[in-house]
Amino acid sequence: MVQLLSVDGDFSVPKEHAVYGELIRDLREADFLKFYRDMARIRRFDHEATALQRQGQMGLWVPAIGQEGAQIGSGYGVGPNDHIFPSYREHGVAITHGVDLMSIVKMYRGVNHGGWNPHETRFHLYAIVLGTQALHATGYAMGLNFEGRVGTGDPENDLAVITYFGDGATAEGDVSEALLFASINKTPQVFFCQNNQWAISSPVGTQTTVPIYRRGEGFGVPGIRVDGNDVLACYAVTKKHMDDARGGLGPTLIEALTYRIGAHTTSDDPSKYRDADEVAHWEARDPISRFEKFLRKQGIGQDFFDEVAHAGDVIAAEVREATFALTEPALENMFDHVYSEPHPLVEEQKAWLQKYESELGGHSSKPDDGVSYGGTR
Amino acid sequence: MSNSVELSIAKAINAGLAKSMRDNEKVLVFGEDVARLGGVFRVTEGLLDEFGDKRIFNSPIAESGIIGTAIGLAMRGFSPVAEIQFDGFIYPAFNQIVSQLAKLTNRSEGFLQMPVVIRVPYGGGIGAVEHHSESPEAYFAHTAGLRVVSPSNANDAYWMIQQAIESRDPVMFFEPKRRYWQKGQVNLDEAPQPLHSAATLRSGSDVTVVTYGPMVVTALQAAEVAATEGINLEVIDIRSLSPIDFNHIVESVKRTGRLIVAHEAGTFVSISSEIAAKIAELCFYHLEAPVIRVGGFDVPYPAAKLEELYLPDADRLMEAVDRVLAY
Repeated sequence: MVQLLSVDGDFSVPKEHAVYGELIRDLREADFLKFYRDMARIRRFDHEATALQRQGQMGLWVPAIGQEGAQIGSGYGVGPNDHIFPSYREHGVAITHGVDLMSIVKMYRGVNHGGWNPHETRFHLYAIVLGTQALHATGYAMGLNFEGRVGTGDPENDLAVITYFGDGATAEGDVSEALLFASINKTPQVFFCQNNQWAISSPVGTQTTVPIYRRGEGFGVPGIRVDGNDVLACYAVTKKHMDDARGGLGPTLIEALTYRIGAHTTSDDPSKYRDADEVAHWEARDPISRFEKFLRKQGIGQDFFDEVAHAGDVIAAEVREATFALTEPALENMFDHVYSEPHPLVEEQKAWLQKYESELGGHSSKPDDGVSYGGTR
Repeated sequence: MSNSVELSIAKAINAGLAKSMRDNEKVLVFGEDVARLGGVFRVTEGLLDEFGDKRIFNSPIAESGIIGTAIGLAMRGFSPVAEIQFDGFIYPAFNQIVSQLAKLTNRSEGFLQMPVVIRVPYGGGIGAVEHHSESPEAYFAHTAGLRVVSPSNANDAYWMIQQAIESRDPVMFFEPKRRYWQKGQVNLDEAPQPLHSAATLRSGSDVTVVTYGPMVVTALQAAEVAATEGINLEVIDIRSLSPIDFNHIVESVKRTGRLIVAHEAGTFVSISSEIAAKIAELCFYHLEAPVIRVGGFDVPYPAAKLEELYLPDADRLMEAVDRVLAY
């Protein structure tokens, strides 16, 4: 397992991982501060989103608490023009590529099913059916091969793709098929598995008896395991293998060993299926406090941490305010993008509902605020 | 004078694919055994020689992977044409088709377009083993976000495949496999009509027979038989199963007052269920008889030695004609 930061925040590079250590030596203090700021920001946002769900402002929230190291580290290891195919918990990765957090709030509030522009953000829509996005990423990467956007050595030209999924998704056939298609086509691609130990209530042993980073070997995709709570290791390992992919060396499977500190979603009660001792064990390995220890050892003072804490409060207040300000979607939203080209049945049904609603004088009945639409997996 | 050639349906699809690939370099063709072999029905024969292995290539035998990667390629700006080798092999891809391909445009509020064509040889009548003779079109017609079409003759096959490829929406392209070798004149100059419109192939005043795909020929045969008995059948090939050109059917039924809907698939919750319901709604005061449906049975597609009993033929259509005229 690649680990560059000890639990106490001491940086050291084991000889066999020198290639990753070199990538950290290229970073400057400003990069370290950015990593910390974003991890703290996304955690503060996560707590605020959970509170908003509890207050009925969102149908559901999917917390990523505990996985900030894996997400911010890997997110910054992805090149600015590379494409990202997430699952549904990648809020941290999203902010590394400039996705507006309110897009994610809107989705979980039930305003839409996603609705951000993946061509613009290069961060694709959340995939709720597990593993499906891995195939989309592979297809996209095949397209890069066909276009000659791989292995030319021109940094303006070459691109790669990364897909995120969890330990639970590795059981889905689509992940295996994606590994196979990636290998056959030697795609410029990283498979990034956040093994957070739990798929709702099922421990990782329910999904696999082989370490996840070795699951690609049989398909011809080499794998590596990284400490997912070590933001520097996650950055370096992702950057190295994305660079290799862009350079035409083919796909890699990265398993980031981490832990879902929170519930699967706000509909879940993890106290029913796991021990408090286990949670405490992982809390002691928290990615943010570990990195804070590192930064303090680098001489970063209290002022910085105060500033980050204050910035978190500001963001939380902004998200809260923006959530309250969200308007209800127009009924047309249900119909307008089912097809790209006109479709008579959809047009007919839209016209019918518009007429029906206007005769009733607008929305006469709405579901109670705060009604949950249940869980996602 | 228009430029016309005689082609089989298989060759017409081949020619249509080649035309699209020549016109648009973003068109890719892939699936199981489509490259050197040309597919198990030879529909893609010769395309490898003309376009090379970056435009047409064999996929691993993994249908979900074929459609999932087609989606990714479409996101990158390609126009993938994926072949599913046989109707009964499409189900491993069902999740990618129904939950992803059909929904991504809606999920992205229009930012993503999905110009993907899925070619599926379908239907029975070739004496095949299990899973090679099915008619699964209703599953896909039921799914919002997909378009579903099926040509019945060579000219339509040539043009509809090109129109499907040009569509910015996903199109399920069901090919009537037992008619692959049926020849017809193909007008190479001019598309006959828009993709999602129906065609009247024979005019008549007594009974409207609506069908599509492999059953069109059967309906035309029944019309010949009926004519000898002094009964004039009007035969409509709907060509598009989603959306359905109801205006075309309504216009006919208002004249004839009688409607038979026929297909190979079992009739329970089928394309004919939808047409019967809709026509009852739209033509209530014009109908002289209930809408009668003629289809396969609601059983797993039978073993080859029983398929003649399963598949509706001209006699079964005539039995329905007698019933609908008895009112």
